[in-house]
Amino acid sequence: MEALLEPLEYEFFRHGLLAALLVGSLCGVIGVYVILRGMSYVGHGLSHAAFGGAVVGFTLNLNFYAGAGAMGLLAALLINRVTRSGEIKSDAAIGIVTTAIFALGVVIISRVRTFTQSFEAALFGNILGITGGDLLVIALVTAGTLCAIFLMYRPLLFSTFDSEAARVSGIRTDIVQLVFSLLLTLAVIASMNVVGVTMIAATLIAPAVTARMLTDSFSRMLVYSWILGAVTGVGGMYLSYFFNAASGATIVLFGALLFCLAALLRQIRERSLLRANLHRHGSLTHAHVHPSGHGEGYHGSGDSPDAIDAGAHPDPALFEAVQGHDGRRHAAP
Amino acid sequence: MDPAIRLSDVTAGYAHDVTFSRLSLEIPRGRFAGIVGPTGCGKTTLLKTILGTHRVFHGSVRLEGAPVERVRPGAIGYVPQLGSVDWSFPVTVEEVIMMGLYTGRSFRPWPSRKERARVRELARRLGIHDCLHHHILHTSGGQRQRAFLARALASNPRLLVLDEPTTGVDIMTQHEILHLLGDINDEGITILLTTHDLNAVASHLPWVICFNHGVVAQGRPCDIFTSEVLTRTYGGDIVIVRHEDHYLIASGTPLRFSNGVH
Repeated sequence: MEALLEPLEYEFFRHGLLAALLVGSLCGVIGVYVILRGMSYVGHGLSHAAFGGAVVGFTLNLNFYAGAGAMGLLAALLINRVTRSGEIKSDAAIGIVTTAIFALGVVIISRVRTFTQSFEAALFGNILGITGGDLLVIALVTAGTLCAIFLMYRPLLFSTFDSEAARVSGIRTDIVQLVFSLLLTLAVIASMNVVGVTMIAATLIAPAVTARMLTDSFSRMLVYSWILGAVTGVGGMYLSYFFNAASGATIVLFGALLFCLAALLRQIRERSLLRANLHRHGSLTHAHVHPSGHGEGYHGSGDSPDAIDAGAHPDPALFEAVQGHDGRRHAAP
Repeated sequence: MDPAIRLSDVTAGYAHDVTFSRLSLEIPRGRFAGIVGPTGCGKTTLLKTILGTHRVFHGSVRLEGAPVERVRPGAIGYVPQLGSVDWSFPVTVEEVIMMGLYTGRSFRPWPSRKERARVRELARRLGIHDCLHHHILHTSGGQRQRAFLARALASNPRLLVLDEPTTGVDIMTQHEILHLLGDINDEGITILLTTHDLNAVASHLPWVICFNHGVVAQGRPCDIFTSEVLTRTYGGDIVIVRHEDHYLIASGTPLRFSNGVH
């Protein structure tokens, strides 16, 4: 306990810890929609565009957040516009729009070399250099985003799952998409100084995919991802203190470790469920799994129940057990 | 009384081609109709035009007398093609049905007691109450179709539109789904669906529209399922075998294999 309290004596750590907690919560919640809407690459791209914007803003004597925010928003709107016709996929649009803005920032930096030091924090994160003003921006963005997600929970879920049906139900999916792009842009900008442009994508995605490993319900996934994001931020900060390592990178590594643990847990659970199912049917020769999910039916991560019926066993050892010693699959008794 | 669906002189399509032009079509209230036609003939575009999600170049679409863009939210129930659904999406059957209850009036994320009761009632009615808490991936084809049907019915629609509800399910599930739709139609809900399964349509639906970039023919299956109409619709030889109330519709000449296996 003492070891946990010791770093709190330092103001820079307290600021960093609070920033990591807020950014972790923010990215945890937003990240769920990011991965389910197939926008994982958008977070990565927007952070690069925001970086370019910050550099442009600096040359115009604008505030960091004003430059990054304006260019991030412009990039989000451009991506929306370019992909609307359906002829250009979002990954291609992100590739051209955000990389072009990032390149603009790099060109400006290369022309005025004194910028290099100033923007290192934005590129790689500098959580220990977080100021009171930064904390205020992060807190406001986190509170605003969580409120918006709370109020738009149902239209966001419906339009993310089935955009066409949502439109038929009267939901303005174009407005929902626009608002979400705005929230994502704000989240990326608020997180930039904490984890850095290069690692924002992982901060957005890791808690959400970890939560996905733990549940099949959307509402639970959202809550789990929120908690996991906060735990990743706080845990990563402490680890970076104890190991004297870069904070942003340690947070990302801790998030990746939690994902590996969740994936392992899921695999163990699936194997035990499959074994239990095999035994319940009285013989290891019957690998049938009820599609209707009676009891602890199939809880796979993507294969349909039909695939299991057809003999597509995820584990070769189990498949061998299902087969007879003569190597042929036996019929169910 | 205004018909359930009225398309007047409608031209629709995409940037580079027109899918159908000057189409006029009326579907009276309470009708249970199926649209059949070859792949790429414009069935889905027609459905989206009726749903108001596809912009028309010319003409008007009215549902029960009102322009489609002014129809009250929830007045149309829509069941998409199951093939277009992301089955890895983390939602339970209950969460899928709950989506249909959203009317834009409530900002509360969690459902009210009344909404939960409505979901349970729909699930019981459609025979999926046992799998309400199952992930959608862990349900059978029939249960998935019923879950999406329950979502479409949740808002008490006047019109139910289904895109290929008989695709990807076995023959008995097809039979069950079409009978279930028949029961729903008996309550006065107009139903319009698209399908590729002519045999199922012939024996279950009271009204069929043969479509190929325009209406080729429409009427009762017993009247319009003739070789001549189906050949005009599909552009190839169609054989129809009739036995009492059942039809067997097949296309072309059977393949003959050189190794003697037929």
